[in-house]
Amino acid sequence: MANLKSKKGPKKSILIVDDSELNRSLLSDMLSDDFNIIEAENGEDAVVVLQEHELDISLVLLDIVMPKMDGFEVLAMMNNKGWINTIPVIMISAETSSSYIDRAYDLGAVDYISRPFDERTVKHRVMSNFMLALKQKEMSDLLTEQIYERERDNRIMVEILSHIVEFRNGESGLHILHVSTFTEMILKHLLLITDKYKLSQSEINVIVNASALHDIGKMSVPEEVLNKPGRLTREEFEIMKRHSVEGERMLADIPYRSNEVIIKVGREICRWHHERYDGRGYPDGLVGDEIPISAQVVALADVYDALTSKRVYKDSFTHEKAIEMIVNGECGAFNPLILQCLDEIKDDLKKELHMASPGQSLERGIHDNVENILKTSGTDVSGRTIRLLEHERMKFKFFASLSREVMFEYVSSPEMILLTDFSSEYLELPEKIFHPAESEFGTRVFNKKDFEHLLSRVKNTSPETPMVEGKYLLNIHGDQKWNKVIVRALWSDDEQPVFEGALGKCIDITEETEEIQQLEVLADRDQITNLLNARAAKSKITKKLAAPGNKQYALVFFDLDNLKKANDQHGHLFGNELIKTVADRMLSNTRATDICARFGGDEFVIFMQYNKNGLQHQIERIFKCLTQDLNGFPVSVSMGIALSNQCGGDYDKLLHMADQAAYAVKYGGKNSYKFYSEIASTGNGGGLLNN
Amino acid sequence: MTVQECYEKMGGDYADVTSRLRTDERIKKFLLKVADDMSFSNLCENLAAHNIAEAFRAAHTLKGVCSNLSLTMLYKSASAMTEALRGKEEYSSEFEPYLDRVKEDYAVTIECIKNID
Repeated sequence: MANLKSKKGPKKSILIVDDSELNRSLLSDMLSDDFNIIEAENGEDAVVVLQEHELDISLVLLDIVMPKMDGFEVLAMMNNKGWINTIPVIMISAETSSSYIDRAYDLGAVDYISRPFDERTVKHRVMSNFMLALKQKEMSDLLTEQIYERERDNRIMVEILSHIVEFRNGESGLHILHVSTFTEMILKHLLLITDKYKLSQSEINVIVNASALHDIGKMSVPEEVLNKPGRLTREEFEIMKRHSVEGERMLADIPYRSNEVIIKVGREICRWHHERYDGRGYPDGLVGDEIPISAQVVALADVYDALTSKRVYKDSFTHEKAIEMIVNGECGAFNPLILQCLDEIKDDLKKELHMASPGQSLERGIHDNVENILKTSGTDVSGRTIRLLEHERMKFKFFASLSREVMFEYVSSPEMILLTDFSSEYLELPEKIFHPAESEFGTRVFNKKDFEHLLSRVKNTSPETPMVEGKYLLNIHGDQKWNKVIVRALWSDDEQPVFEGALGKCIDITEETEEIQQLEVLADRDQITNLLNARAAKSKITKKLAAPGNKQYALVFFDLDNLKKANDQHGHLFGNELIKTVADRMLSNTRATDICARFGGDEFVIFMQYNKNGLQHQIERIFKCLTQDLNGFPVSVSMGIALSNQCGGDYDKLLHMADQAAYAVKYGGKNSYKFYSEIASTGNGGGLLNN
Repeated sequence: MTVQECYEKMGGDYADVTSRLRTDERIKKFLLKVADDMSFSNLCENLAAHNIAEAFRAAHTLKGVCSNLSLTMLYKSASAMTEALRGKEEYSSEFEPYLDRVKEDYAVTIECIKNID
């Protein structure tokens, strides 16, 4: 098996693949000062290690002649998986024939060290190849960064520009965003249903970007026409219509940039986004696919958003009404293929446009573009990273969807909660929740205090012990559900670890908890009578005695005078029945809030609230009921009563007092009851009763 | 006996190994591992079982180990064994003299290594 020797620390890892342990340790000995060493004893193990630690391994030393899978096969596999592009491989072998060496180079090995190893040669070759790969990686990261920055700047400039236009138009800040989102979704779907329009992903990106420019011509329309609340006159409408041609002219006039794709597409969109498929639009009355597909789609997007937005001259229509009006041709004719797209994705559109917020769309757009540029630039920079991330993301999504549990990610900066698809649907919350402590998630699903408490616990973890677990009562669709919440804090790798966020999941344990509570109830009960047992009674009574308020309680203690006789004369079954009957009589003569318990054998306790004037009567009634005959057998009890105001809140003392009173009854002829106050004042209790 | 004396006795190249592995300490550390290396016993077992492909790999590995430690005598017999087995599929009694030679040299080598101080 592969032997993982990776030590902690910033050192890079090298994978040594050789079937001889001695050879591996020789190499390891030479290199372990500078690198972590991972060993594999044959090709198969090497592939397994690469699969698991792809990102950690910065170089491979590979033997050729090995069992199971030889070095050439490992190279072939590394080509197959694309690892060879980022992980340099140095061959090590006693074979020095040029055919071996050539074959290794052909398969992508970067260097060849022949046995016997010389320490300086091994160190030097490993180090220089390692540095080379590192430089390459740095360069590609730099490139990625720069492309990202440039794209970001571009997008921001376009957004600024279009917001100026919107501002002047008095439109909501979302119009541009909606138009571009709508445009992108329609175009992507269009590609799925037809190959009539040859659009690449990057062309779609350009159209989406340029769609933001569609109304820039409105800068040339006088304010009073642009924002006139009432209907435009014929002349005013003619002035308004000029914005399409004006917009195109503005872009055409930009010096030196006429060859930029975004300018070309922007010009199409500006000039023709009011054309209609049947030739009845303006300014040129183009018909059908004379209108570029970019302008056709933006035209539809523009109409849709105008319908669903409130304007100075009109109210907003619902999504459904807007779709209906478009399909019925109330806003002019559109390409049937585009209308088909609209029909097929209308539900997604509604969802997407409803949730689209500016920052989010900007980030997503940039991400798509960067990925796209990286993909098409020929250099496979960080392609591996993107692939791996994508793979991890898919894996996570898959498992998350299977588990049907609420899972979330907490990001500390900018502070937000990310929910998985399932969780978001289940909790009816968005997938991205900013300011979680003030959000529905932190105040409704979690009790506000609970959430703050949980968060502070997570932040107080350390990289060594990042787990936090707790039981919380969550509010899910208005139901209170007990959940076990498990959270793992994420700490950075830095020397001074920084708290970066956390991953968490909530497991519904309502049923489990109820079962446990059920079990607790069972454990609290006497088996024959189902009354509480002595232990449970003590804990409940102690709680009641300690509770604030001036409630008066009486503790009634009694035993059956003739249980032994019942058993002897009528057998144990009858004895059991007697006990059960007494228990039933206790329950039917007390309130649900009173406590009835069997202390074992023939001893019973009732703990109840009373009011001064009724107590004597209450006790009399209970006593009479308990002592009714059972099938001709006379039931007899000796009962003592003690009051809570005499015990100072001490349960044991209270019980002892009632016990003493009952004993006094037994001693004085049985089958009666006495209050502790009676025996205490007559001096009848005391020493006699300390049995 | 010292590492150098050991090399002289078992037909190794002390100058070569020191030039590559630098210190006696390290050389000794790896010499002591030779006895634990499985390639010699793998060679014997696989040849006896007529697994020629596996026997070839084992001989090859043994040759590599010897080369790394400049065990010249054993290296030569392991090399000869390797070349005799290369590309063969069937067992042949012609292999036996090569194997005897390897066994002999291996025994000498291990015996010498044991006596290093």
